[in-house]
Amino acid sequence: MSTQRKAIALISGGLDSMLAAKVILDQGIHVEGINFFTGFCVEGHTHAIRKQDKAKPKRNNALWCAEQLGIKLHIIDVIDEYKDVLINPKHGYGANMNPCLDCKCFMVKKATQWMEENGFDFIITGEVIGQRPMSQRRDTMNIVVRDSGVGERLLRPLCAKNMAPTLPEREGWVDREKLYGLNGRSRKPQMAMAQQYGFIDYAQPAGGCCFLTDESYSKKLIDLWDARHSRDYELDDIMLLKVGRHLRPRPHFKLIIGREDGENRFMDGYRKQFANLRTVDCPGPLVLIDGELREGDAELAARIAARFSKNKDQELVTLALELPDGTQRLLPVKPLPTAELKEEWYV
Amino acid sequence: MSRHTLDARRLLCPLPVIRTQNAAKKLAPGDVLEVTCTDPGAESDIPAWCRINGHEVIGIEHDAGELVITLRIKGAP
Repeated sequence: MSTQRKAIALISGGLDSMLAAKVILDQGIHVEGINFFTGFCVEGHTHAIRKQDKAKPKRNNALWCAEQLGIKLHIIDVIDEYKDVLINPKHGYGANMNPCLDCKCFMVKKATQWMEENGFDFIITGEVIGQRPMSQRRDTMNIVVRDSGVGERLLRPLCAKNMAPTLPEREGWVDREKLYGLNGRSRKPQMAMAQQYGFIDYAQPAGGCCFLTDESYSKKLIDLWDARHSRDYELDDIMLLKVGRHLRPRPHFKLIIGREDGENRFMDGYRKQFANLRTVDCPGPLVLIDGELREGDAELAARIAARFSKNKDQELVTLALELPDGTQRLLPVKPLPTAELKEEWYV
Repeated sequence: MSRHTLDARRLLCPLPVIRTQNAAKKLAPGDVLEVTCTDPGAESDIPAWCRINGHEVIGIEHDAGELVITLRIKGAP
């Protein structure tokens, strides 16, 4: 009786990894999924903090893929370990702060550890040669194999026919003839496969699945590091980079200004960690103050906050400044005129 | 069978699921876990995670902006 072989599939939540898992499932292999949470993953309802994104489905795409495939999914928190990937990428960054190649090496390495600890035989990814400019080229895909330490146990079912046979193929665990030979940036073959398998509501993330590929987000991250003179972060830091307007009127503090009720509600959970401002006599945003308030800074911060309130054109707006120790004081201020709100303050 | 609680408030997707997954690993079949969340996405994610893993959702309640999802760990109590 032959041994039931087991594969662990990196499931990102996108179509390619889902198809790769399906191709191997159809060969009778036992497949389970693994998904790594770095803190920078873009998910439907991270966006849905904002009202403008409410129409997007509130679902975790990796979970959705696993359910469609009928496989287990292991979601692993790698927030702390991922810091070294982001802060010291051996292979550098992409167009923004995205360390895509190091990220892929890291994830395959983590999956390799998981495979060994759990008695699985090989790893599947949805990579396709030429699909991505940094992490999915033939040369960089070989680097992933080398740097992750996975050896010959990494199978890329969607482009396997364009690569040398791996251990699962040579050993006959999978039939190489039933694998694919995709290459290039075209999405048409994957869309045709999705149709063939009946996958109709798969995620099509515009702008990728990672905040680090986003120019605006990357600028905010660099600003955070510059202001603290340290390339480090905590989860709360990187979550807050996803919400609000970020203005840095002085090098030693910045303001995070809620843009709508959803963001204000989310930021409300941080009021005990940050000094914050709220309008008292009219509707206005919640404003978190990240940094140190020196002489005159509280008034400047309040004037900027008032500029984003409903009464921005009035002579006086009163705000409550609350400090992390719970003390409060009222600040009646004249809203900062738009002309004095400097463009370079926007992060 | 015992009853357990998990505070996943202020956590955004997928952390409520990860915390639920990690808590469930330490529980026995039939144990009940009550997870309190504030991310509205948890209402679809935690039940999806339960379906994948064979756990049973026995209650979903909304209370003042919080979401309480109660699940029973798979297997006989």
